[in-house]
Amino acid sequence: MSVMNKSAKKDASPILSVRDLKVHFPISSKGLFAPDRQLKAVDGVNFDLYPGETLGVVGESGCGKSTLGRAILQLIPPTDGQVAWLGKNIVGAPHRDMQPLRRDLQIIFQDPLASLNPRMTIGEIIAEPLVTHKPELGKEEIKARVKRMMARVGLLPQMINRYPHEFSGGQCQRIGIARAMILEPKLIVCDEPVSALDVSIQAQIVNLLQELQREFDLSLIFISHDLSIVRHICHRIMVLYLGNVAELADRDSIYAAPRHPYTKALISAVPIPDPEIERNKERIVLTGDLPSPLSPPSGCVFRTRCPFAKDKCAQEPPVLERVSDSQEVACHFHDSI
Amino acid sequence: MTTNHILTVENLTTRFQTPDGEVEAVNNVNFHIDPGETLGVVGESGSGKTQIFLSLMGLLAKNGASTGSVRYKDKEILNLQPRELNKIRGVSMSMIFQDPMTSLNPFLKISRQMTEVLVEHRGMSESDALARAITMLDRVGIPGAAQRVHMYPHEFSGGMRQRVMIAMALLCDPEVLIADEPTTALDVTVQAQILDLLRDLQTDFNTATVMITHDLGVVAGLCDRVMVMYGGRVVETGSVSDIYYDSHHPYTEGLLKSMPRIDRADEESLFAIPGQPPNLQNLPKGCAYQERCEYVFDRCCAERPLLREFGNGRASACFREDDK
Repeated sequence: MSVMNKSAKKDASPILSVRDLKVHFPISSKGLFAPDRQLKAVDGVNFDLYPGETLGVVGESGCGKSTLGRAILQLIPPTDGQVAWLGKNIVGAPHRDMQPLRRDLQIIFQDPLASLNPRMTIGEIIAEPLVTHKPELGKEEIKARVKRMMARVGLLPQMINRYPHEFSGGQCQRIGIARAMILEPKLIVCDEPVSALDVSIQAQIVNLLQELQREFDLSLIFISHDLSIVRHICHRIMVLYLGNVAELADRDSIYAAPRHPYTKALISAVPIPDPEIERNKERIVLTGDLPSPLSPPSGCVFRTRCPFAKDKCAQEPPVLERVSDSQEVACHFHDSI
Repeated sequence: MTTNHILTVENLTTRFQTPDGEVEAVNNVNFHIDPGETLGVVGESGSGKTQIFLSLMGLLAKNGASTGSVRYKDKEILNLQPRELNKIRGVSMSMIFQDPMTSLNPFLKISRQMTEVLVEHRGMSESDALARAITMLDRVGIPGAAQRVHMYPHEFSGGMRQRVMIAMALLCDPEVLIADEPTTALDVTVQAQILDLLRDLQTDFNTATVMITHDLGVVAGLCDRVMVMYGGRVVETGSVSDIYYDSHHPYTEGLLKSMPRIDRADEESLFAIPGQPPNLQNLPKGCAYQERCEYVFDRCCAERPLLREFGNGRASACFREDDK
């Protein structure tokens, strides 16, 4: 399936183009006249997304992956840069221009129960986007569509009048997916959609997302910290570190030959459920923790934890450089390490 | 049978009284732990894996009660009075939890939280206890331990807090360390650091470790033996290689197959175990896994399969085994 997608996407034009996207949050400083500091949650991200493609956004907590997802949907206003949806920049677009676009742009959240209003029945929850965006539809039509979508995502349609707390985590995530899918959007931002679920349920939800993608030619931005799931579901992968892109590459390139030291460390840190392999594999163990995003290191933001850091890394921030058709890396020494 | 097991659990059953009726969270669980070994306890949420260890540590919620037997060496410890139990828990048996922030007292400095147990249990002086706390923090890789011991929990990052928890658990040289999802809340690179630390500590201190987790990757790297839980029961036990390369129970098999692998590029859809985890309040007659099992046959719905031993610590609770 991904092979087909790869060939298809070269001809098509991108559905979404993000250029130099920045989200900076002002943090008030102590002291009356001290200037506010900037928390650079996302600091200059570029990528294109094609129809039917899944882009994985991975990184550790605090790397800016969720902020990026929300900034693309204009749920958090970007500080700078462009987000072009079907060729038209939507950064700073007024509410009335955004409203019709929201039909095509949906989101699924990590905590399935917390993202559902406990006082609404699941029928009302799934119908809400229809009521908002297609007020011309009659009650019966809405109900029919809701039931059809429920069946599609694996919920029994006769449960339409139940409340979210009556469902398990996996089922709640199906409700969230049904709500996102009911308008047949073109893009869904999935923000850690399976992280809160048990292993056996994770696989069900991942498979459902893949089926829906095939059926509706959906584009997905799949935000996750789980590199095993990302390898399974994504066509391309972006690795974020402190709001900066460390590496952006095709799935096969990045797992077979990661070029950025951070990507290498991340991939090697994922435990493999096979004792022989897990105990004998080579690992790059990073020392220390993620630095505070309020005072990121000078030069390359990764240098404080990088086992290969040299003087140059402290002085100049590396730019994202194309190293092959399918791989871009932001590292001064990607050739030599 | 005389043994040198540190911990022997026999017929442990834990029930909770809830407004909706009785829930059996742990049902007739038997196992033991030997010095220096690492036991992985695997299962999904609600499988009872944590409740087993809360039961034996005397940490159950008020509406819970346990029956059966738990022996620390030769001493029966299940349902002991807290006073008696305190001579063992935190001293010979320690437990660390998933979320280090909620397990540390946010109002107290780390120094106070760490020295308390030493002063209380070991009769150390405050200054000796502090020195010991600093040594331990140093040992688990906290830089500047002598200064940071005087900080509050919120001044540490998630990974550092988990190191503090581990240092606290190891203060009194326990013989058993129970780690309940110790790396689940951490990022992968930090998880790798903590797992390395646990491995090192085990070589240094020869502590018997119980690793409660849902992550089969973590178990693969760390454990000697594995116990798989489903619906409050042990469904399979065995050595780590038995479980990973020759699993007998359909649930273990399904769990392993449904893990996406970072070291494999597969184009096909993931294997998914169908259905939902069982509702403990309303377990079906017969095998708890019957509704999700691909090999289910008549007997599974009528009768509950018991754990059957195959020797070498190998056991599985499935009727399919009768044909083998």
